[in-house]
Amino acid sequence: MISSRRLIIAHFWLAFAVFGLALLLGAWQMLVRSPLHNWLSDPEWYYRSLTAHGTVMAYALPTLVAMGFGYAITESTLDQPLVGKRWAWAGFGLIVVGAVMALIPVALGRASVLYTFYPPLIGSPFYYIGVVLVVVGSWIWVALMSVNLRVWKTRHPHAPIPLAMFANVAGSYLWAWTSLGAALELLFQIIPVALGWKSTLDAGLARILFSWTLHAIVYFWLIPTYIAYYTIVPRAIGGRVYSDTMARISFVLFLVVAMPIGIHHTFMDPQVGAGFKFIHSIFTAAVAVPTLLTVFTICASVEVAGRLRGGRGVFGWIGALPWKNPIMLAVAFSFVMLGFGGAGGLINMSYQLDTTVHNTQWITGHFHLIFGGAIVIMYFAIAYDLWPHLTGRNFSNDRLMRAQLWLWFIGMMVTTFPWHWVGILGMPRRMAFYDFSDPAISPQGIYVTFSAIGALILLASGLLFLFILATGQRTAPMEAGAYTFARAVHEPAAVPAPLNGYALWVTLMIALTITNYGFPIVRLASGYGTNVPAVYVGR
Amino acid sequence: MSADQIFSWKNRWFAGSVGITAGLLVASTLGGFIVLPYLYPNFEFRGAWDAICSAAGIARASSSANAIQPDYKISTVSLTSDMFMRPSPEAIGRGATLAQQCAICHGPTGISRADSPNLSGQYAAVIYKQLVDFKTGARVNAVMTPFAAPLSDQDMRDIAVYYAYLPRLPAYHPEQSAQPPNVVIYGAPMRGIAPCGSCHGTLDNKAGSPWLEGQAAAYIKAQLGAFASGARRNDSGGLMRNIARRMTPEEIDQAARYYSSRPSFMTTQ
Repeated sequence: MISSRRLIIAHFWLAFAVFGLALLLGAWQMLVRSPLHNWLSDPEWYYRSLTAHGTVMAYALPTLVAMGFGYAITESTLDQPLVGKRWAWAGFGLIVVGAVMALIPVALGRASVLYTFYPPLIGSPFYYIGVVLVVVGSWIWVALMSVNLRVWKTRHPHAPIPLAMFANVAGSYLWAWTSLGAALELLFQIIPVALGWKSTLDAGLARILFSWTLHAIVYFWLIPTYIAYYTIVPRAIGGRVYSDTMARISFVLFLVVAMPIGIHHTFMDPQVGAGFKFIHSIFTAAVAVPTLLTVFTICASVEVAGRLRGGRGVFGWIGALPWKNPIMLAVAFSFVMLGFGGAGGLINMSYQLDTTVHNTQWITGHFHLIFGGAIVIMYFAIAYDLWPHLTGRNFSNDRLMRAQLWLWFIGMMVTTFPWHWVGILGMPRRMAFYDFSDPAISPQGIYVTFSAIGALILLASGLLFLFILATGQRTAPMEAGAYTFARAVHEPAAVPAPLNGYALWVTLMIALTITNYGFPIVRLASGYGTNVPAVYVGR
Repeated sequence: MSADQIFSWKNRWFAGSVGITAGLLVASTLGGFIVLPYLYPNFEFRGAWDAICSAAGIARASSSANAIQPDYKISTVSLTSDMFMRPSPEAIGRGATLAQQCAICHGPTGISRADSPNLSGQYAAVIYKQLVDFKTGARVNAVMTPFAAPLSDQDMRDIAVYYAYLPRLPAYHPEQSAQPPNVVIYGAPMRGIAPCGSCHGTLDNKAGSPWLEGQAAAYIKAQLGAFASGARRNDSGGLMRNIARRMTPEEIDQAARYYSSRPSFMTTQ
């Protein structure tokens, strides 16, 4: 039973309100950079907007969704009120304060450094301190997830942890460990310079520390989506989870292999040895294992639903699926985007193939397709699924929901496919301006125009999403009943101990971090003589 | 099953997961540190340890042959954004006395009537760098070189902070062009030319780059020409030489006229 409704709905509303603003900025950026619009004549406005867009989409939206969803999972699967509710509100408060503190200097143009910080660029210290507060707020959530699970375990010493909660806590541990890299970068490299205590910093070391965070953060964003795949989708469409064990193995594998792979973001960086880049490339490939396990298990779970609904034959069950159910539609779209995005990801993670797409618009297309597409569309599904349980009101606007999901899917495809294509043609990313009057790139103008139109479709879909949620708070009151999660075909009576806890997997995660990151970090940190002067922006 | 039982080789979950992880790590390490280095066609290693060090990113001893030395003096000045941030009043006063010798060309108030650069309100780092370069011979000018030769490092710092202390006075600017030319505001990305305004003001300022508003068009044009021809070579990393070489004569003309016609008080400190 969900009792902390206000807490959870506050997280979701803040997440989606800032998401709406950042979406508006994103669409504006696509428009002013395309041939549809004369350029602003000042790149600073573009980078200012881009910093806000990235900061909100990468840090605020997914963290708040993971937290809000995490609290909902805790109360509904463990069937106990949240322990430490005041702390949860304190964490939320820190995020609000941090977000405001970070976004004011960004809005004033004092921190146009992009969400990835890009040292030696140095902006206002308030920006970085604000981001740190957001992260610290989320660490409170991590601690609460652990504490709540522990309380439940003492009451149920031998029972299997419910799957959704097991995955949720795995995600929180992953976040705790992966956010440490950026925290170290901010606390020891960037903030001392931003406050004026130092005037030089090691940009190479800072990039390596950020890569510690930057890839595993993607799996932290992904965990709520995967939880929805495994525990919401089968229940919502009348099926069952094909294998509870496979699900647990997928989540613990993400814990292990999400961390030691981030250096694939720095394949072109000279300060890291080629040997470490190769190791990280191989471990990135290992991420395919939990991903494919999930694709298989979810397809099988959906097939169970199709056959229960009377579907026959090799493909007949697909037609029998409840396609009018928004959750069904969302998971189908999510899988299509995950498929294309994953295929593109295989190119990025390959040490050799990456050279052809590195720092091009291909990369921008890739992470928008995976994160903005496959992941965020399931955030919509989570919100739709949870909303009546949070508001206690009737919520049955399926037609609008389907329209919204269709628009998001179409918009994301129209935005990201041309992006991939111009990336292959060599268009660099992070540029405020393209001179489409130049004959060498004028033929690419048409694809950039398509992308910009896609962004406008996404904006329309995002606004429709907010409209649907807002109207869902004004309908007639209704008792939605207990919030439940999908049951497995073979419900676990007893789970092997390693799959009912995290000790083994967290140990492997930390061990691999040490083997794969230890030497490069220690070497750069031990006075290698690679410090460079800071470049202050917005002064 | 307690923690002790999980972390035991008898537990097949432990043995399997640790074994697979370690196996993957060993295989990828062998691949990255032994196999791949030997596949590089252009590298010769003195042994396996040499290959491993190379793959670990440890800098290898550079070639024993002498590095190519340019046949001209290069600038030795290094600048950071926080140089000259809080100058002392004494330094400014000393600079004012020393600057009297500059007035004949640069004007008693730092505003030139001889197509020499206007110095009042110019960034201290800019003036300091040019003085040092004149003194060391990295930049050569028949008039300036003899003036810079007797100055000490402290003299040059003081002159720099004195001029930076002066207000930016509006110079004579005969025309106001409404729209900045493309090269100032867009640059020419396809030719690798960053917008002038991204370093020299209008859009942003970078350490060591002078603001140009109100400077004489003849001076700006002459310097761009000197960078393009290689007659002036004290720009760090050949930054301005690479840009000026790729600019068309029309663009040089437009940029010079645009900046000379801008009132200097429009710039932001």
